Amino acid sequence: MSADHGVGEVSLRRARWGHGETAFWLIAIAAIFVFSDRYLILTEMAWLGLFALSLDLILGYAGIVSLGHAAFFGVGAYAAGLLAVHGIVKEPILALVVAGCAAMVLGFATSFLVIRGSELSQLMVTLGIALLLRELANKFSDITGGFDGLQGIVIDPILGLFSFDIFGKVGFIYCLVVLFVLFLLARLIVHSPFGLSLRAIRNNPLRAAAIGIPVNRRLIAIYTLSAFYAGIAGALFTQTTALASLDVFSFERSADLLLVLVIGGAGYLYGGLIGAVVFRVLQDMFSSWTPQFWQFWIGLVLVLIVLIGRERMYRGVMWLPRLAMRRMTSLSRSAS
Amino acid sequence: MTALLTILFDGVAYGMLLFVLSCGLAVTLGLMNFVNLAHGAFAMAGGYICAVLVNQSGVPFFVALPMAFIASALIGLVMEQTLYKHLYHRNPLDQVLFTIGLVFMAVTVVDYIMGSSQIFIHLPAMLEGQFNIFGIGVGRYRLMIIVICGLLTLGIQLTLANTRFGSRLRAAVDDPRAASGLGINVPQVFALTFAFGSGLAGLGGALGAEILGLDPYFPLKFMIYFLIVVTVGGSQTITGPFLASLLLGVADVAGKYYVPKLGAFVIYTVMIVILIWRPNGLFGRVAQR
Repeated sequence: MSADHGVGEVSLRRARWGHGETAFWLIAIAAIFVFSDRYLILTEMAWLGLFALSLDLILGYAGIVSLGHAAFFGVGAYAAGLLAVHGIVKEPILALVVAGCAAMVLGFATSFLVIRGSELSQLMVTLGIALLLRELANKFSDITGGFDGLQGIVIDPILGLFSFDIFGKVGFIYCLVVLFVLFLLARLIVHSPFGLSLRAIRNNPLRAAAIGIPVNRRLIAIYTLSAFYAGIAGALFTQTTALASLDVFSFERSADLLLVLVIGGAGYLYGGLIGAVVFRVLQDMFSSWTPQFWQFWIGLVLVLIVLIGRERMYRGVMWLPRLAMRRMTSLSRSAS
Repeated sequence: MTALLTILFDGVAYGMLLFVLSCGLAVTLGLMNFVNLAHGAFAMAGGYICAVLVNQSGVPFFVALPMAFIASALIGLVMEQTLYKHLYHRNPLDQVLFTIGLVFMAVTVVDYIMGSSQIFIHLPAMLEGQFNIFGIGVGRYRLMIIVICGLLTLGIQLTLANTRFGSRLRAAVDDPRAASGLGINVPQVFALTFAFGSGLAGLGGALGAEILGLDPYFPLKFMIYFLIVVTVGGSQTITGPFLASLLLGVADVAGKYYVPKLGAFVIYTVMIVILIWRPNGLFGRVAQR
């Protein structure tokens, strides 16, 4: 990067759609045809990726740490389930939006609590909110079905045309399309001036405030948006599995989500998606080794990642691709 | 009236137990700003060690308690020296990830070795049942908890206030840099405190097995309680967490007795309200760092 490039130019170039990104989504589409017997796990990767994307928006871009992101996931999941059970909104896509909005309202309401205070009290408050919601869902079992979860969720065909099949092909394509649309939206947002101001806040809130960025309002906005994304992810979970039980709010879900994002890396949007794929593959592998005790290996991965250091890990992983890139550019240069 | 007093008594016993369980965490957090979510794992270790000693080896309960303390303290010391030490200067996210990882591992290891069902420690006959004082039902076991935990609290308070180690510790909490400048070996103080805190957690786990229940998910189930104690009480003093524990214990027992439908809901709400009202904790000093 030479010195004559202004900040605006650099951020514009970063915002441009790259070949790597085209390749990523082509691979995702190819998965529909290649792994036609693994639709269920692919679907899981898709909504988990969206869920991680929503955490990335607040953690990677705004620097808000959350230990209770499952709160919004759970609200989205229960909202979608209730809408389907009581036949309030029959059409899945519409129900998806309604469920996302329900989570968004909660996100807006709780954002005032979360943006206050240090990282520690952020952790506490987010964790507390998730536990509180779990307790609520447990106590109001006449609405939520308590420990057994919601019974009798039947999802209507999407747009009245495509009904969910037992192999999960429609479900996966549906999740993938939703993921892609929301990803594009997130991409647009983080590369907008709004997104840049968020990054300024993450790097130094005091300085950001000094140059006239309304710090609190920006944080509330992104937290609310992130809640919307998490709610959609939860609704996708309910719609594709026809399940909504108490464990949508569980602490493990929030903790696993952090791991997903850490595996993929925060702050460039693809981290959550890549992390979701790697996490599900790992989880599958661990649970085939030791069915009941796969969580041990997840814990080990977390501990190792921190001990190695996240920065160092990414450098290690990227070493080979970077080397290949350098070889290629030097080859093409010598050829010309 | 007698019901009220019984609730108060049970609440105080519960609160005292919570204090012994979580005061190690308060020190860890106050001294090094380290978010140790795995604190409950040390408590669980103490509980299981005590259970194995009493149930399988036939060691008397009152001998097994100090052994649980020593064993957990040793585990704490080893962990601190090998793992925790390297993470003090990392950001809270790394610390949280690391300790969550430890919790997951601890849960599954205990599940693997001991099985997933709840474990009970065989208590000596003298601790079972209850007797009446002025018409108030006083459980023997809870009375013992109050006595033991009360003595421990007093001991901790006196150690902190009157001994050389206590003043070193307080100096290190207030300002680690200035303290090390004055020749206080801060890492050593911290290692010892961490070990002691883990030991106390282990003792609390052994004592609490009867009341809180002991199964492999103990660290996850009670994590939020420890965190409430520390955040509400603040981590600058030892009185703060103590009062917070008592408050939490009484509120929890009373909440479960009077409004069973709401259950743990009361406590979480109280915590969030307090954190909004006083972000540094109810008894914390404002604007420390």
